[in-house]
Amino acid sequence: MRVGLFIPCYVDQFYPGAAIATLQLLEKLGVEVVYPANQTCCGQPMANSGFEHLTHGCNELFIKNFDGFDYIVAPSGSCVLHVRDHLHDDKQEDKAKDVRSRVYELTTFLTDVLKVKSLPAKFPHKVGMHQSCHGQRGLHISSMSELVAPSFSKPGSLLAMVEGIEIVPLNRIDECCGFGGTFCVAEEAVSAKMGKDRVDDHLEHGAEYITGVDMSCLMHMEGILKRKGSKVKVLHIAQILNGSPTP
Amino acid sequence: MHTEGKDHAELADIFNKDEKRVDWHDETLWFIRAKRDKAVHQLPEWEDLRNTASQIKHNVLSNLDKYLVEFEAQAQANGITVHWAADAAEHNRIVHQLIKDEGVTQMVKSKSMLTEECGLNEYLAEHGIEVIDSDLGERIVQLAKEPPSHIVLPCIHKKKGEIGDLFHMYLGTPSGLDDPQQLTEAARIHLRDTFLTRKVALTGVNFAIAETGEFVVCTNEGNADMGAHLANVHIACMGIEKIIPQRKHLSVFLRLLTRSATGQPITTYSSHFKKPREGQQMHLVLVDNGRTVQLGREEFRNSLKCIRCGACMNTCPVYRRSGGHSYHTAVAGPIGSILAPNLDMKKYADLPFASTLCGSCSNVCPVKIDIHDQLYKWRQVLVKEGYAPTVKKVGMQVMTTTLNSPTVYRLAGKMGRIVMKYAPFAVNNGLNPWYKNRDMPEPPKESFGEWYKKNRK
Repeated sequence: MRVGLFIPCYVDQFYPGAAIATLQLLEKLGVEVVYPANQTCCGQPMANSGFEHLTHGCNELFIKNFDGFDYIVAPSGSCVLHVRDHLHDDKQEDKAKDVRSRVYELTTFLTDVLKVKSLPAKFPHKVGMHQSCHGQRGLHISSMSELVAPSFSKPGSLLAMVEGIEIVPLNRIDECCGFGGTFCVAEEAVSAKMGKDRVDDHLEHGAEYITGVDMSCLMHMEGILKRKGSKVKVLHIAQILNGSPTP
Repeated sequence: MHTEGKDHAELADIFNKDEKRVDWHDETLWFIRAKRDKAVHQLPEWEDLRNTASQIKHNVLSNLDKYLVEFEAQAQANGITVHWAADAAEHNRIVHQLIKDEGVTQMVKSKSMLTEECGLNEYLAEHGIEVIDSDLGERIVQLAKEPPSHIVLPCIHKKKGEIGDLFHMYLGTPSGLDDPQQLTEAARIHLRDTFLTRKVALTGVNFAIAETGEFVVCTNEGNADMGAHLANVHIACMGIEKIIPQRKHLSVFLRLLTRSATGQPITTYSSHFKKPREGQQMHLVLVDNGRTVQLGREEFRNSLKCIRCGACMNTCPVYRRSGGHSYHTAVAGPIGSILAPNLDMKKYADLPFASTLCGSCSNVCPVKIDIHDQLYKWRQVLVKEGYAPTVKKVGMQVMTTTLNSPTVYRLAGKMGRIVMKYAPFAVNNGLNPWYKNRDMPEPPKESFGEWYKKNRK
């Protein structure tokens, strides 16, 4: 099995630790992983701002980088959802369709494709699990509090394999953190308030770490935690599952 | 975005100056969302009900012309006078004429978001007609000279004490009163007098049944019935999308409506109006006001399925922290943000951007409107129509150029990290909206791409 590693632009630039953990974790699980060096971004920042018509170059580049892999895996629900829903290329729509169907968010890939049953990871800490909206509601990686349906969580089932971890309960299990891409600056007041409230829910329940499948939400919450002077840290779920939380 | 005058981000910024109030607003609406969850989880068939309702509405929208004609014929056969209004102005003129025909200058009105959309109260006030809203929440915002901030809970943004102050000023209650029971009693006395003296009563319409020509009005206060039963003339105003095909379909919607809205199993009053009583006139105004345009926009057609339960507002984390008035349109929140640009793209170009696209709205919607997907689609339409600010357009072009070239991207990333490390003042300043309430990420010494090159090849 050959997997193309898709590392979202801001993870590449600001959170290489999350990307390294993703790579190492997949390798530990016996997967052949290749990181195509010429990747940049999935184009979501433009598309969600209403400029989907400017994403053609990104789409073309994405297809060029990831065409031909058995799977494409990324440590991000949001970017994967964007590719799944919006990656098109008029000149090679067949390839675009193929790429769309092969792209996976990391935890879904671990539970649904690799069917991981155990992990050699230990993390004896109190951890708050942030449900990122795009992964949760867009990719259905966990059940949603609004729907009348059985409860499940792909990231949750993986975290349960980590020795010593304690997942703290939250008052609002799947409320948005308010990042929202360009929303975080265009609607600064509401975005920051949402982030503060989300962080407070974790703090109130004694979390020492906040984790999740999307580094973007975690980046937002990290910015708020740091401004508060809090010692609570954010970690991408790959960093916990890989058993090496320090980047 | 380019809007005329008002902008959601600016208005929400003002609302957020009082953080305690935002907390209170958020918690109040979250309480209702939680009640809704509790109510729907008691019905194992909930998702089936949503699917059924969505499909019934799909049928209605696909055959709207047929159902409207059928409804009109049945209603007329029942003795109801049917009027058609192409837009808000025509709707207002029709209502005004009916009041003039009765020779009165006063009217009592129960809840109708359609009349808010049409600006009926303002129009009638300009023409010397006094309108008293009989829904308690609506009466409160009317006294405060404000529009409703929520379609089901019009004064959810007001605290008890503020209502006490308004009642003290306008209804003569003692000052400092904030006991809900005493305030309600004062409102009851005031409204009872109104009901007894008004000859014309206006109500909204929740559901109109094509098969029978009857319509259903749902209230928790019985105020629509009080108004309509005591008046000589009952005017009911409805958007043309309120049609359902048959009476048997009603139960599906009545089960969904209040569970979604407030967590109640059903509205306290679900009143069926079929024909005028002896000596009474019953008028029905069917209003288009942009609905057929939206029907023609295939991507946004589903928005016409809305039954106005307000669940999307209660669940929306942005709405809860913006307040309804920040949306500067009659129907606020996620659903309003996909309805409003249809009415006026320029005026409401900002609204589809007032969302993180978290998707909670689509999940609570009892008729399964793909609200957050429509918000995304509106963004594309609005930018193409030229409503994006120049700064944003330029920024997006620069971003596109950078991301289209791996070389430029790597260089820009490296430069960015160097700037953040050695010249943090360039990003950590008041001009960077991120920095106002959040710290910037700490720049790592190398990107993942750089690390990979060293460690894996």
